[in-house]
Amino acid sequence: MGNKKEKIKSAGQLIKIRDELKNASALDGVAKKHKITVHLGTCGIASGADIIKEAAELEINSRDRRSIMFSTSGCVGFCALEPMLTVQSFNRKPAVYYSLDEQKIKKLFQKHIDGGEIADELEPITEGSKLADFFNYQESRVLRNRGRIDPFNIEDYIAYDGYLGLAKALEFADSSEIIKIISESGLRGRGGAGFPTGKKWELCRAAKSPSGIKYVVCNGDEGDPGAFMDRNLLESDPHSILEGMIISALAIGSRRGYAYIRAEYPLAVTTFDHAIKQAREYGLLGDNILGSSFCFDIEIYQGAGAFVCGEETALLASIEGKRGMPKPKPPFPANEGLNGMPTLINNVETFSNIAQIILNGAKWFNSIGTETSKGTKIFALAGAVNNVGLVEVPMGMTLRDIVFKIGGGIAGDNEFKAVQLGGPSGGCIPETYLDIPIDYEKVKEAGSIVGSGGMIVLDEETCMANLARYFMDFIQDESCGQCVPCRIGTRRMLEILERITKGKGAEGDIEKLERLAEVIKETSLCGLGKTAPNPVFSTIKYFRQEFEEHIITQKSCERLHVKAKVKKV
Amino acid sequence: MQISDLPKYPLSQDEITVINEVIKKYRDKKGALIPVLQEIQKNIGFLPVEVQKKIAAELNIAEKEVYGVATFYSFFSMIPRGKNDIRVCLGTACFVKGGKKIADKIQKELGIKPGQTTLDRKYSLQVNRCVGACGLAPIIIINDKIYQKVKTEEVMDIIYSYNK
Ligand SMILES: Cc1cc2nc3c(=O)[nH]c(=O)nc-3n(C[C@H](O)[C@H](O)[C@H](O)COP(=O)(O)O)c2cc1C
Ligand code: FES
Repeated sequence: MGNKKEKIKSAGQLIKIRDELKNASALDGVAKKHKITVHLGTCGIASGADIIKEAAELEINSRDRRSIMFSTSGCVGFCALEPMLTVQSFNRKPAVYYSLDEQKIKKLFQKHIDGGEIADELEPITEGSKLADFFNYQESRVLRNRGRIDPFNIEDYIAYDGYLGLAKALEFADSSEIIKIISESGLRGRGGAGFPTGKKWELCRAAKSPSGIKYVVCNGDEGDPGAFMDRNLLESDPHSILEGMIISALAIGSRRGYAYIRAEYPLAVTTFDHAIKQAREYGLLGDNILGSSFCFDIEIYQGAGAFVCGEETALLASIEGKRGMPKPKPPFPANEGLNGMPTLINNVETFSNIAQIILNGAKWFNSIGTETSKGTKIFALAGAVNNVGLVEVPMGMTLRDIVFKIGGGIAGDNEFKAVQLGGPSGGCIPETYLDIPIDYEKVKEAGSIVGSGGMIVLDEETCMANLARYFMDFIQDESCGQCVPCRIGTRRMLEILERITKGKGAEGDIEKLERLAEVIKETSLCGLGKTAPNPVFSTIKYFRQEFEEHIITQKSCERLHVKAKVKKV
Repeated sequence: MQISDLPKYPLSQDEITVINEVIKKYRDKKGALIPVLQEIQKNIGFLPVEVQKKIAAELNIAEKEVYGVATFYSFFSMIPRGKNDIRVCLGTACFVKGGKKIADKIQKELGIKPGQTTLDRKYSLQVNRCVGACGLAPIIIINDKIYQKVKTEEVMDIIYSYNK
């Protein structure tokens, strides 16, 4: 590439650069024979991917360097098999080698790079191999760049049509056209509530700001304990989020944005910060974006560890330097948000969807999904399932397919019990409802929520009363304490659940829980309290006998649990 | 707990310099309090009362407010961290895979509760809600290094390997 500091000044120039980059990175079988990519996300690094990277570099340096292109990328999303590395050879399908160590790297180079044959004894994932099912049933749209771009190199993103959505949006005669497309697409917020994105943008565009200031805020708080979709996007494809934010700013008329990222995600902060700087250097962020008159810039704001700060009004209070206390709505942030100004707040994954919708059109987006839920959704599949990882599926896929086809079923020879969706605001779905499609309304009917994407699969070893206690404990800890139903009510619920799981429950406790849950749901101030009883509602609804068993036998979890295991043998 | 109940911790000259620099950097910014607390904690490890008072005075914020913010967010600590900072994840994925047992074991062996530091200041223990590495559950983190699929029987070996 030419001089890096040279800002890109037009769509034409951007396309030219993209084409050059594409050519430069294409394998030709003569000079460039292989492309090797080591996947370095948080999970990969924790599993030793940096050692794998060094080992691979050593091997490459002892060979003809020029014939091998080497790069690193973010996460591929198959957490269970880290560390991983992909070899793409000229005119061949890629092979993904997994669970690597230094020994395996040696073998892989001898066989695949020197010998030109896929190293079958390492059982890599290739087309048709069993593990490929994990990817085959997915629809990688938001995760399209998984495993193929280096998040620290903006040119990788550009090579795969990055910032072309923005370029297109800048060419619209009227920026309201952007909102029209997003509305038509049917995209709904991926942060949990599923609010129509286009409508939110419209409200914010229409909102009056006496001083002319409007803000765009990206919600990267990802508080659901058991979710890591947003972490992955921030770490692996930061520019897709940036591009979405920039387009939204253009649509609502904002010049200033914030990305609020959890303090627990250090790599995400580093990656996103780097992406912001690079985007500025390339003229894609800051003053006169792509040579236009449009100016917009972004700053990162690090969270400080409070679940309630994921709630939008609390998040904004936190950016203002205050305690993250939710405020009653209305006023909604779209009218009165950060520093009292109209503020557009969307989730990380929501922003990641935007550029592609602008580029490919509303029809492309809503050609998949259900009547009311369009496009794809990313889930963090974890727990008792074989193929733990990040999965992106078309809305409308059944839970059964996700757990059994993509997830490869339950690990070991345990049996499926339930899947927990939506974390502390969600609920558990039992076997009998596994055939419901992923759809905001349908999942709600079944007693849970689609939520932000945490999906924990539970097997028979999880005591449902204990799980309910776990979530209530979480809520107790994280309640901001402002309103009585949430502060006191959840404490009462927790006390009862502790009693039950310790084998000291009394007759009538379950009914008490139900009554408290009803009151908390109806009278709490913010979403945290309103949804806090959900995990209890759904576990009692579907697994009432487990609560009753505790009460009747007066046995604690440990002792009931032992019994369950013995029974099975 | 009242501010005055917390242990006193005299600051070294270096620490005072760092604090002054951080405050200077953010003084004129809106919403500076949280970033200031974050950076100071990053540098000196925790937020002693004297520091909170200093921040309040310099940023012209009520002491009560600084304390309120510092206690609201779990990221901030008013107790010095140990040389080795142990964090056990108790997010849902780690919980259903036995994270609680791991936390219990460490508490028992080190004789400290979450949020505390051993008397010799070698170890401190915290419990976390999900660090987003659920695929590797159950996990613990020691000084930013993630240990995955930790077994209760092995966890103390991992921890004591830092005692060299
Ligand atoms: C207690 C609570 C926690 C929340 N946590 C998050 C979160 O971690 N991430 C997120 O994007 N939205 C979270 N939300 C939802 C936000 O308030 C808000 O609806 C969302 O950021 C809007 O973006 P979207 O329309 O793109 O989904 C939370 C809501 C509540 C009530
Ligand atoms: S639950 Fe432990 S990392 Fe997510």
